[in-house]
Amino acid sequence: MTINKATVKKISKLARIASDEQFEDFMIKDLNSILAFVEQLNELDIKNIEPLSSVVEQKLFQRDDVVKKINEKEDILKNSPVKNENYFVVPKVIE
Amino acid sequence: MTTIAKYTLVKLINKIKSKEISAVEATNAYVERIQKSKNLNAFVTLTLESALEQAKKADESNKKDGVLSCAPIAVKDLFCTKNVQTTASSKILKNFIPTYESTVTSKLWNEGAILLGKLNCDEFAMGSSNETSAYGNVINPYKNNNDTLVPGGSSGGCSSAVAANLTSATVGTDTGGSIRQPAAFTGIVGLKPTYGRCSRWGIVAFASSLDQAGPMTKDVADSALMLDVISGHDEKDSTSSNIKKGDFLKNLKKNIRGLKVGIPKEYIVDNMPKAIQSLWDKGIAWMKDSGAIIKNISLPHTKYALPTYYIIAPAEASSNLARYDGVKYGFRAPGKDLIEMYENTRAQGFGNEVKRRIMIGTYVLSSGYYDAYYLKAQQVRRLIKNDFDNVFNEVDTILTPTAPSSAFKIGDKREDPIAMYLNDVFTVPVNLAGLPAISLPGGLDEAGLPLGLQLIGKPFDEQTVLNAAYALEEKIGFQSQVKDWWM
Amino acid sequence: MTDKVFDYYLEGKTGRWEVIIGLEVHAQVTSNAKLFSSSSTKFGSDPNSQVSLVDAAMPGMLPVINKYCVEQAVKTGLGLKAKINKLSKFDRKNYFYADLPQGYQISQFKFPIVGEGKVILDMPYGSKEVGIERLHLEQDAGKSLHDQDPQNSFVDLNRSGVALMEIVGKPELRSPEEVGQYVKKLRSIMRYLNTCDGNMDEGSLRADVNVSVRKVGSRELGTRCEIKNVNSIKFMQQAIEYEAKRQIEIIEEGGAVNQETRLFDTKKMETRSMRSKEDAHDYRYFPDPDLLPLELDQDYINNIKKSLPELPDEKKARLMNDFGLSSYDASIIISDQEISTYYEEVAKNSDYKLAANWMIVELFGILNKENKEIKDSPVSAKNLSKLINLIKDNTISGKIAKTVFEDMIKGNQDPVEIINKKGLTQQSDPKELEKIIDKIVQSNLDKVEQYKSGKDKLFGFFVGQAMKETQGKGNPKLINDILKEKLK
Repeated sequence: MTINKATVKKISKLARIASDEQFEDFMIKDLNSILAFVEQLNELDIKNIEPLSSVVEQKLFQRDDVVKKINEKEDILKNSPVKNENYFVVPKVIE
Repeated sequence: MTTIAKYTLVKLINKIKSKEISAVEATNAYVERIQKSKNLNAFVTLTLESALEQAKKADESNKKDGVLSCAPIAVKDLFCTKNVQTTASSKILKNFIPTYESTVTSKLWNEGAILLGKLNCDEFAMGSSNETSAYGNVINPYKNNNDTLVPGGSSGGCSSAVAANLTSATVGTDTGGSIRQPAAFTGIVGLKPTYGRCSRWGIVAFASSLDQAGPMTKDVADSALMLDVISGHDEKDSTSSNIKKGDFLKNLKKNIRGLKVGIPKEYIVDNMPKAIQSLWDKGIAWMKDSGAIIKNISLPHTKYALPTYYIIAPAEASSNLARYDGVKYGFRAPGKDLIEMYENTRAQGFGNEVKRRIMIGTYVLSSGYYDAYYLKAQQVRRLIKNDFDNVFNEVDTILTPTAPSSAFKIGDKREDPIAMYLNDVFTVPVNLAGLPAISLPGGLDEAGLPLGLQLIGKPFDEQTVLNAAYALEEKIGFQSQVKDWWM
Repeated sequence: MTDKVFDYYLEGKTGRWEVIIGLEVHAQVTSNAKLFSSSSTKFGSDPNSQVSLVDAAMPGMLPVINKYCVEQAVKTGLGLKAKINKLSKFDRKNYFYADLPQGYQISQFKFPIVGEGKVILDMPYGSKEVGIERLHLEQDAGKSLHDQDPQNSFVDLNRSGVALMEIVGKPELRSPEEVGQYVKKLRSIMRYLNTCDGNMDEGSLRADVNVSVRKVGSRELGTRCEIKNVNSIKFMQQAIEYEAKRQIEIIEEGGAVNQETRLFDTKKMETRSMRSKEDAHDYRYFPDPDLLPLELDQDYINNIKKSLPELPDEKKARLMNDFGLSSYDASIIISDQEISTYYEEVAKNSDYKLAANWMIVELFGILNKENKEIKDSPVSAKNLSKLINLIKDNTISGKIAKTVFEDMIKGNQDPVEIINKKGLTQQSDPKELEKIIDKIVQSNLDKVEQYKSGKDKLFGFFVGQAMKETQGKGNPKLINDILKEKLK
């Protein structure tokens, strides 16, 4: 399970991080190093072990179906990189 | 002024409430030191003017309510603070001004504390040395001859600020050791509460199943007081525990006679520095001296904790950091279309360590690899938790060193990510199991640098952990060796 | 039953093909607030005015689930006769898009809240059972507007976070007609349960349509394409027809169908491939660490079960058994809960079949013409019931009733009043009618002769005369009977 340039390119696409030669080179090195490090988990026999996704042992809290208007549109749009009174603005998606 | 800045939180509050010192005097004590300590680079954002204004108002109206009554406190720049820039030490959140306040910090202000500013940390809490911040490294107030040292990470700004008396106390976050290890590197007390004890609402998320806010303070009593304030159920956080609040300061006691303390053999690692082993031995002796009963225990899956952590944490982070896309807030880089905008924004906005973890996290969750990595890591996580559950049938707390070394030189471990990750070997298992743990300064090594001892407790049994630390603290009698060399 | 047979096959160059269709229906839950946040779900509001910090994925925000949405999912599952899973989990579906602020959608992947169920379709060739694979809860995304600006798209997050129930059907549909019935049935069930308002115009109900083709007789499934986000039954049907033909052509020319996601272009009436989706399939699902598993106990499920109203299929069976309606009429009555409520109100006091007939033909005729829903009916159930009783007891004929009805719709007038005011009471006194008919016969003896010698058509003339003499109020049946007697 080693990572090569094609994998790095694929992962960067999935993660939406632009990649260039330099980035790819150092990612290949670092990611392989990390993967080698985590390989040791294969020493363990975990066949019938139930995965642990949360250490919390309580029931999921369910809230009532009540509308609470806490935020004004201005607050939500306040930190937008491109200012617009009503919308978030993004470059077009080319379909 | 300098004397005031050295007070513990408890002492400071008492003096403010008794009117021995005014809120303005207290605040000024820190303001002056902060202004002379830019070299430590502990802060990202300062709110000194507004702090002094608040102090002035409190003095004028004579309102010194709340258990933290006018105590000046700085917080890690991972807590969203209303109308105050919150960056997570990243370029991608530069100039982000939250319109909301995190639950934990709300509790501080509700009890009268005054915000001094936001403390530098590793970017998005990813790091063990505070060398990954987009706002520069933080410097440890302890020096090794002429070498400047790391303050630990990710809460390096917190540990440095407390140790350098730039704040009366602080709150940091701990995902793999980010409160405890920096506390150990700077000779202060750092507590990571049980997962779910404090609300995560309003804290910039790194790894949701591991993150926990906690106090970083000058001593154990301060830690108990802070925990009293910041803990509690929050309906806005579905992982917040609905366990009853503790009364930790009130119930703090030094008598630990009969306390069963476990010493895990798997924490004896290869190449453990002599000073660390010797400190651990001393710790055991101090415990015995206090009437505790020492038991040798085994946590067989300890060595698998780091690899488990370095699968789970990056995986969760890769998803938690997907929202930093330049659309709604923060930094945006130009791009000819939406995808290019995303790619450029995230490539330029995130630092290398963050990108490394996002990439690894994305990889281990990706099609074909989920079972081999993420699922497996979750299964090992259960084994690690089971180890602790088992030993807690026989012991009340576990004593270990906090870190495998004292603070190292800035730049020393930057080349090899794995070398950096090994800093967390003693702290990470605790996060995986969701347990409470504290680090307190146990002594100095040959170079005069602080070393920490860690006490791990049963879920929601912070009281036992605090009591054991309180007893140990008295036996140790640690004195800060910080000299203001950076001023 | 019926003598109709299923016959949706497509003739290709190399033989007969059948179409395999499976739907993933997205239904918005009728909650007031969103699934994991407390903002309003109201449709059509000012852009970004119903967006909370959680919906906008601000740093540090966390989801908290809405208990009403959980109930509606369970209710819908029970309505689909499905297994309710006592343990279900939420997973993150990770991908990037401007209308997905978190960069992931909270959904359910491995452990959905509802398991296998079924839906019964009434087709002309008989009942067909269609399997449901599962139902799960998930967040809806926001909306992007691409046509406001040449360089930019605008994003409105009002819809981001609204609760959706995704109903995944098994690929057991075989024609556009079956698809239409399937969607109508699902919609009807959810409207009966009030778990989704089924308003396709507002986007409360939409579907992804999976289409593949195979030669008749083959057991293998072909490669399917997914046509995303179709929000009307008509479009679904047109899309299926186009897509099936497209796939058949490709295969018959020696090619292979690419498994891909497509859009239905409603202007060009064709499906086309969605670009930029190469790695989009890798959603990297993993359990959402901000949420705990959802655990339901049997008491909870039983309480919901007890609260369920009578569902369409049960109501249809009851209308056929107890009210003697035909399958066809019953299907129409149950198609909407408000219609069936109206019907039962009418039928409470009047002839079941007449009631059904009058609703389906006359009332619906008016409603369709004026584009009204039954809830805005110009005639109340009470008054329609009265009218039907007046027909049944021969006070007026069916024909006269139609004219009375025309007056009733003007302000829901009472039919009895109309009849009295206009003197429309049917002439049903046999003695009176006999007198009139005798008079007609006497005045038309030549025609009587002609009729008796074989000109059967002249019967109509006599009926017409009788109607004229009675100003249309003559009881048609009596007139018929008496005439037959007199003209023997």
